[in-house]
Amino acid sequence: MSSDNIKLLKNPFNLSNPITVQVLGICSALAVTVQMKPALIMALSVTIVTGFSNLIISLLRNTIPSRIRIIVQLVVIAALVIIVDQLLKAYVYDVSKKLSVFVGLIITNCILMGRLEAFAMSNKPIPSFIDGIGNGIGYGLILVLVAFLRELFGSGKIYGYQVVPQFLYDLGYENNGLMILPPMALIIIGIIIWVQRSYNPNLIEK
Amino acid sequence: MHSNTYIFIYSSVLVIIVAAILSFTAIQLQPIQSHNIKIEKMQNILNSANIENNVKDAEELYNKYIKSAIAVNSNGEILNVENAFSIDIPLEYKKKESERQLPLFICVKDNGDTNIIVPLRGKGLWGPIWGYIALKNDYNTIEGAIFDHKGETPGLGAEIDTKSFQAQFTNKQIYDETGVFTSIKLVKGGANKDDMHGVDAISGGTITSDGVTHMLKDNLSLYSSYFEKEKNLKQ
Repeated sequence: MSSDNIKLLKNPFNLSNPITVQVLGICSALAVTVQMKPALIMALSVTIVTGFSNLIISLLRNTIPSRIRIIVQLVVIAALVIIVDQLLKAYVYDVSKKLSVFVGLIITNCILMGRLEAFAMSNKPIPSFIDGIGNGIGYGLILVLVAFLRELFGSGKIYGYQVVPQFLYDLGYENNGLMILPPMALIIIGIIIWVQRSYNPNLIEK
Repeated sequence: MHSNTYIFIYSSVLVIIVAAILSFTAIQLQPIQSHNIKIEKMQNILNSANIENNVKDAEELYNKYIKSAIAVNSNGEILNVENAFSIDIPLEYKKKESERQLPLFICVKDNGDTNIIVPLRGKGLWGPIWGYIALKNDYNTIEGAIFDHKGETPGLGAEIDTKSFQAQFTNKQIYDETGVFTSIKLVKGGANKDDMHGVDAISGGTITSDGVTHMLKDNLSLYSSYFEKEKNLKQ
């Protein structure tokens, strides 16, 4: 992979992260991060959709009439999301029930339209695909990190396995009920943004 | 700039291709999805009778413990239905009460206890709620109940699908001492401990709680003539 492509893949992890820097896709980040498993499946679904919608739109970019380009982008995104939703219902039924409407709402996730308009419409297929995958992973990293903290402190589990030992509960330790409610996710994302900006002062707006 | 004709042709072709791909996917995945739904229903039925199960062994356990699935009508007559398991309850719900086919599942456990499992369906705040309730063979005492919902508010109405809420139903009774059908009520502010016909409602989930109360009453009352007939037969 050329260094440009590596940059495309890696930038969204940190310096242009869709959630913490571009502040896109917050809604689903609050909703599906109570436990790690739904968060991982959601991250995977979004990565697949961003990757392939970027690829398809980039392949079509010279044929798309500019007057209906937004509609064409939406049709491609919607089709991919429905396919992902159907696959989840078939192969991971319990998770798809937990994710419920949020899989459908990937369609309205700003990350997708943002990347299509800003990147795929004016770049070649391979870089577009890599850009989509990179942004999907960047989104997923934050999702998994938030879910890890919320599941650990909210239910004492990691990926469904009990990690906080029983004797701590016997000593009076309690799971934090606030962690499993959406406001805490917002606070955690806020803290992540704060930490990230302290490490990268050039991200701070003047 | 593209011409209007080009835009029309472009969008038509695109939509047709997308439609074809989506229908193909839906048809291919249909059998697996309906299998998942069937397994989920079996798990619900087993859970209501407090039989431990998981996705893998649900079908086997269902065949082992659920001795028969029958359908009755609101007069308590047993109907001649081939496959009571696959009766579409939402569809039956639209018919007149006297014309509905009411499915029942008879479960015989390892210790010889018989449970009668009744499916429930009703309305919550945002959409349908449903569940299964298992009665002991006195057709009165509740063995267990499970509830589920389409989209009740998380943390409030959605609590009906938690174990702690459902556990309250065990050992409650749907008939009073004189044998009059009373159903189970969800009591706001908490039910008395010795109340045999009441459980705690969910704070902040009043409409969902009322929905559960109505669902229990409406559904169980349809079965009550069948229950009474069976009770009389035993005596």
